[in-house]
Amino acid sequence: MTASRREFLQQSAAAAAAVGLASSLARPVAAQPHVFQGDPSHKELVLRAIDAAKAAGAEYADARISSARSQNIGTREKRVTNIGDNETFGFGVRVLVRGAWGFAASSNLTADEVTRVARQAVAQARANSAAMVKPVELAPIHHPPVPNGVWRSPIKVDPFTVAIEDKVAYLLEANAAALAAGARFVNSQMFFLRDEKTFANTLGTVTQQTIFRAQPGMTVTMVSPDNRDFQTRQSTDIQPKGLGYEHVLDADLKRHAARWAEEAKQKLTAKPVEVGRYDLILHPTHLWLTIHEAIAHPTELDRAYGFEANYAGTSYLAPPEDKLGKFRMGPSFMNVLADRSAPGSLSACGWDDEGVQPEDFHIVKDGMFVDYQTTREQAMWLDGWYKQQGKPTRSHGCSYAQTWADVQFQRMPNVNLLPGEKDLVWEDLIAATENGIAIIGDGSFSIDQQRYNAQFGGQLFYEVKNGKITGMLKDVAYQIRTPEFWNALDMIGGKRSYELGGAFGDGKGQPAQSNAVSHGCPPTRHKQVNVINTGRTA
Amino acid sequence: MTPKSLYAIAPHLSRAECEAIAKKVLSFSAADECRVSINSGMRQNTRFAVNQVSTAGDNYNASVTVRSVIGKRVANVTTNRLDDASLKAAVASAERIARLAPEDPELLPELGPQQYQEAINWSDATASLEPEARAEAVRAITEPARRAGLISTGYLEANAGSFAVANNKGMFAYGRSTAAAYTTTVRTQDGTGSGWAGASDNDFARIDPKLLAERAIEKARKSVNPVAIEPGRYTVILEPTAVANLVQLINGALNARSADEGRSFFSKAGGGNKIGEKVVDERVTLVSDPLDSRVPAGTFGGDGFPNQKVTWIENGVVKNLAYDRFWAKRTGKAPVSAGGTLAMAGGTSSMEEMIASTERGILVTRFWYIRGVDPRTILFTGLTRDGTFLVENGKVTRPIKNLRYNESPIFMLNNLMMMGRPERVSASESGGPGQAIIVPPLKCRDFNFTSTSDAI
Repeated sequence: MTASRREFLQQSAAAAAAVGLASSLARPVAAQPHVFQGDPSHKELVLRAIDAAKAAGAEYADARISSARSQNIGTREKRVTNIGDNETFGFGVRVLVRGAWGFAASSNLTADEVTRVARQAVAQARANSAAMVKPVELAPIHHPPVPNGVWRSPIKVDPFTVAIEDKVAYLLEANAAALAAGARFVNSQMFFLRDEKTFANTLGTVTQQTIFRAQPGMTVTMVSPDNRDFQTRQSTDIQPKGLGYEHVLDADLKRHAARWAEEAKQKLTAKPVEVGRYDLILHPTHLWLTIHEAIAHPTELDRAYGFEANYAGTSYLAPPEDKLGKFRMGPSFMNVLADRSAPGSLSACGWDDEGVQPEDFHIVKDGMFVDYQTTREQAMWLDGWYKQQGKPTRSHGCSYAQTWADVQFQRMPNVNLLPGEKDLVWEDLIAATENGIAIIGDGSFSIDQQRYNAQFGGQLFYEVKNGKITGMLKDVAYQIRTPEFWNALDMIGGKRSYELGGAFGDGKGQPAQSNAVSHGCPPTRHKQVNVINTGRTA
Repeated sequence: MTPKSLYAIAPHLSRAECEAIAKKVLSFSAADECRVSINSGMRQNTRFAVNQVSTAGDNYNASVTVRSVIGKRVANVTTNRLDDASLKAAVASAERIARLAPEDPELLPELGPQQYQEAINWSDATASLEPEARAEAVRAITEPARRAGLISTGYLEANAGSFAVANNKGMFAYGRSTAAAYTTTVRTQDGTGSGWAGASDNDFARIDPKLLAERAIEKARKSVNPVAIEPGRYTVILEPTAVANLVQLINGALNARSADEGRSFFSKAGGGNKIGEKVVDERVTLVSDPLDSRVPAGTFGGDGFPNQKVTWIENGVVKNLAYDRFWAKRTGKAPVSAGGTLAMAGGTSSMEEMIASTERGILVTRFWYIRGVDPRTILFTGLTRDGTFLVENGKVTRPIKNLRYNESPIFMLNNLMMMGRPERVSASESGGPGQAIIVPPLKCRDFNFTSTSDAI
């Protein structure tokens, strides 16, 4: 982490605490005890796996054992609809043979099966190498091997130590608050994950990490008296975090439930939006998703080289030699920084899934596009660019696999839009706007396979006239062409208004894998964006 | 394509193994009711990019879910450690959590023994597809693409597994299934053209990689240098994949409870649901049938309830909505559960006839990034992708830039003009096997495109 980054995080976290956001963001990662609580025998088994792969002819191998426990509790109104506790346990071995990858995985974690699966991965890599045109090369790792690395998410309370009845009571009380405020229906839920991962590679790195994630949430539904309309309000004020049960307590769904019910009710009678061009003021609880789709995805290097063309797509930021250092993403005050270090963020870790310690890096610097997200394989593709910049060719630490059963590949880290220098907040952006729409919370989202044309909805839409909110709107969606949208950015909030949003379900790859990622941002204003009305009558 | 060997069937738990596990788990249970669900199998895939294999994966997993009921309290615990100690721990954990749960007022007793039809969704060809055979299927696309100076990317997935459910009321159900999907996107070197082709089937032998290569290559070549046209309402000719991309969205709304609760397209103004109402063109019939050999499904659901043939929409009229056991009891109906596949009846028009009869329209290969906008009308947004063409005066005249739509399959099926012969397609965005679906190509008027995209 750079000094300025650390300083920024401390300041923004302090500011966040001051305005009542999750105070847990202020805790530095380093304060956590570095003790792995998983099974110590896993270390021996990952080493056995890479030894077996080497003996079978692998040039490089890594192995991951994961023991992941998750818990879901779902409710509607006064009823618990689901309590589920899930444990999945297994290992995967990835090998490189004659420049081709192979990967095999099994849930049967015995010494014999580890050896068999390692050999299976090697056999598969051999089959894959038959028609190899360009062998895989891996960039060197910028730090020495880590023989005993231990990392743990900075949590206060392990969610799996909290009694079920407390969790159920928390949700049913929140539902009761929504129902008391007139909600017709209310669904609420909690999800928790604890993933204990042991990793080893043939370079001598062995790491053990414990990753936690937590997401409390609620959806309130209102139905019009004549049954002709219904509207929902999702709890997008509360975002998923890489934290423990303290995030649920801080979120305090019960405290917000009546307001969400009232907002859903207001949506029933809100004014349908008139189509046209408006200045948009986007709240961090909404903007994180626009950043995710329109900055984070197009700066994945495998997309730029066509590796995801059959599903997630390619990128408008391609070919790299035409875009790096040459393409203006936005105004000079626009800076985008990637990290896997922000405490409480979903992408935070000590080492990525190929044993690289991630670093913070700029994707956009002073409005210019300067770098992509990379793994060890991909960093080599930019060797020329890095040499030209006088930078070492090395991975940014973006390798990730969703479970033990999936092969790791490039997944986005936290990709954040940094706040501006002026101390502006949400209200300042509204006060400065003559004719606009203010949008809170993420809603519908869709973007093309090169990330040019996107359409976003939201949770709440407010008409802004002459610096004031004058009423609620409904059926709002905006359509953008990404390069114009970021260049139409003309106001940005300051550090005090910076918040982390995020999601568990960032999809990419075939078979599709889910990544969990946070995006920090302040509110922004974008000039003259195309707004459509999505309401139709059946 | 015929796989090289038929002896290496992917590992999965047999009926006898599932019976033994279920018996053991039930013997550990002290709950009033206990249900055991057992999932096992291999997921096998090969990906390629830039005309060569990029990654591949073979993974085996087997997991057991224990559902314990104590009084009216319920909890589920899943584990993939199948040794006795872990299974005992899972049972104990489910019972401990159930005791702490509040009573469920909607709880229904577990089912007793049921009669099941024999499922037809297994294929040895899919279950025995080894990495070499997959690599060969990959070369059937990468080699012609390379020879044509084009860049191919694609994904092949073949899954084989078993699912069993049993309880302490004597119910036991077991089924095996396979699923395969193969999709490819072929792009021109300069990135100005892109073509897609894909197929999905339970039986990999019914997927022809060479045909996929031909179709994607032809589309890539024909789609170069597209021109932009004004967004607006257009007559569209939708290939079967594009039709399935939209028609499958109706499935998610075919739920009686949300309709009765007033929060669905199928809710009726003033109360109740739209069963018996005409909602789309009278030529539209939508059916789920687990024993339809074109789109087979398992013959029982997660609670052991037998899946049935269900007609959702017949001649444009809503005939059925899905009722779970609780909602059926509450409303005095029979439970309706169908297995998740979908078949739409077709007509006799050929694609050529649809094109020849069109003065000005748009031919769509497929849609992408399809997301809900307004559940009141099943309105979704998304974009065309990998092969979008202008039709003028009865001919395909030129490639056009992709377009974003905001449209509902309900409106689309009301604006129906012509229908072709049904075809099974790969309609999942991710290229996985997804929902088995068979639909005809369609010609529809007034399809609502709202903006253009520069993406190729």
